[in-house]
Amino acid sequence: MSTDLTDAGTGAGVDRDLRLRMYRTMLECRMFEQRTHELFLAGLVRGTTHLGIGQEAVAAGFATAMRDGDWTFCTYRGHNHTLARGVPMTPVLLELVGKQGALMGGKGGSMHLTSVEHGVMGSYAIVGAHLPIAVGAAWSAQYRGTEQVAVCFFGDGTTNIGAFHEALNMAAVWKAPVVFVCENNQYMEYTPIRSVTAVERPAADRASAYGLEPLVVDGNDVESVHEMARLTIDRARRGDGPSLVEAVTYRQGGHSRADPGTYRPDEEVRAWLARDPIPAQRQRLLDAGVAEDDLAAIEAEVKAAVAEAERVAREAPDPEPSTATTQVWADGGAEWRS
Amino acid sequence: MAELTYRQAVARGIAQEMERDDMVVLLGEDIAAAGGVFKTTEGLLATFGPERVRDTPISEQAIIGAAMGAAMTGLRPVAELMFSDFFGVAWDMVANQIAKTRYMTDGQVALPLVIRTANGGGLRFGAQHSQSIENWAMAIPGLKVVAPSTPHDMVGLMAAAIRDPDPVIVCEHKALFADKADVADGEIVEELGRARVVREGSDATVVALAAMVPRALAAAEQLAAGGGPSLEVIDLRTLVPLDVSTVLQSVEKTTRLFTVEENPRLCGWGAEVVSIVAEEAIWSLDGPVVRITTPHVPLAANPVLEDAQMPSTERIVKTVQRTMDAAR
Repeated sequence: MSTDLTDAGTGAGVDRDLRLRMYRTMLECRMFEQRTHELFLAGLVRGTTHLGIGQEAVAAGFATAMRDGDWTFCTYRGHNHTLARGVPMTPVLLELVGKQGALMGGKGGSMHLTSVEHGVMGSYAIVGAHLPIAVGAAWSAQYRGTEQVAVCFFGDGTTNIGAFHEALNMAAVWKAPVVFVCENNQYMEYTPIRSVTAVERPAADRASAYGLEPLVVDGNDVESVHEMARLTIDRARRGDGPSLVEAVTYRQGGHSRADPGTYRPDEEVRAWLARDPIPAQRQRLLDAGVAEDDLAAIEAEVKAAVAEAERVAREAPDPEPSTATTQVWADGGAEWRS
Repeated sequence: MAELTYRQAVARGIAQEMERDDMVVLLGEDIAAAGGVFKTTEGLLATFGPERVRDTPISEQAIIGAAMGAAMTGLRPVAELMFSDFFGVAWDMVANQIAKTRYMTDGQVALPLVIRTANGGGLRFGAQHSQSIENWAMAIPGLKVVAPSTPHDMVGLMAAAIRDPDPVIVCEHKALFADKADVADGEIVEELGRARVVREGSDATVVALAAMVPRALAAAEQLAAGGGPSLEVIDLRTLVPLDVSTVLQSVEKTTRLFTVEENPRLCGWGAEVVSIVAEEAIWSLDGPVVRITTPHVPLAANPVLEDAQMPSTERIVKTVQRTMDAAR
């Protein structure tokens, strides 16, 4: 049985509380990442970061359509998806700055955020790897009859790697309860996706190869994304198999912190900045009669939460060096010999 | 007690664990309806059904990736890579994902999974279907590596691998599939990380693995029959965890050490064993330590060439004899 998704993306059936929750979620992602970037430039955050500024509507639209127990699989550009599932900012920031209390003890860093208790089953830094892994999780839900759904986010560049093909085919054959979400932010790292891809829509134009329908959604419209999420997640939960969604969006910054993104035409950047998902949702809420004060209150709360996370991060001690050799094995240690 | 081939022992070990734990599931190419290209999973589909025994497309990344996703969400998958050479296709999943995820998540994610694979040479399959890859796996922190040499050990170590809370690679040696031995009835579970002294001796320790174990044993018998040195033969059975204690105890007794390794020379498991003995038991040694390995070349398809490459019983005998004679 196939689902008619032609009415997806109209924003129909979204109530006020949910709209506000989506707005708050996007703001949490945005404000957290903006501050993270500043802390990076100030030298507090080490290593690298890959920001999803501009792409928050995809994370917020899907996370608000998922149930507790559903699984998120995302990429190294995974701060948004992690926060959107309700992982608190403080342990995430502690992970980025490498201090005690960090989400994964400082062993993973920005590219590997994971919080199993929130259903965030990992941020994967080798392009494409998590698509087959999400299929396996979906198989597990199917086998155990738990009605859990795996939602797997990846970039446009992933559609050109072999694991994409293997995972989509296997998921379709097994009717696995997984929703694949391509965040087409127009660039694979530094290169425009259209210049290295044989089709116009890197994900949607490939869907028919797996017997799936092409699904495209405005990735900068959180309510449209939410609607698409609800329909595809419901379909998976009902046992009607996987979906492949292409959410068209834009990475407002460069690929990683080392990249100012100067290769992007000014006109293109300006056009997409004008379509920033967060002011758009704010205006929609005002138009729907939400009071300016209510929105300002949300903004103040999110700002305070980011400030609190930063305060804790600045005061937290470094990890114990002895923890560098823990948790290789299930016994908590790293011993390999007698 | 029943006579069992090494090949049948694979299915028996898996079936034993599938009987006791519904969360054990199988996936791989041709493993269900066809019973495996080496007939190592024959009968499992009929006994446990298609929900638990799944044929996959030729998609090694998806097979191993799906095993990982299933393991992190409550199943205990046993994935087959038809030939160990195919680890090359799925190496991101094995080395970057499965091996590192527990560590990177500081223990949040458990990966109780097994990757079974037909490993090793001697079947004239050529360089891409004959390799001994156990030392590839051994080089990556976070993977356990098992390579049984007998039907009994195949049952017991397979069971131990499936019960283990960490990822385990089980190397099934292609040249041993037809080997037969009596195997006890009832549940068999061995322990990972325990070597076995398979022949006691007094003059030299020979450490071997998988198909090299019967060759080392045959060499020991030939030497004994000819009045040569008395060899103690150790079957390592598991490379990670590595049973160093059994090797050190033996070397302290015999004062000499040889390794017999099917893998190409560089970075073979024997190099690690030898380095540990050099660090911890150098004063027990009365002569040079010698590694008997395949030369550092790809394996050839031609029987004459392949036989010239892999350590043979004859080469073990000659190498031991020459080394021991030179020391007198």
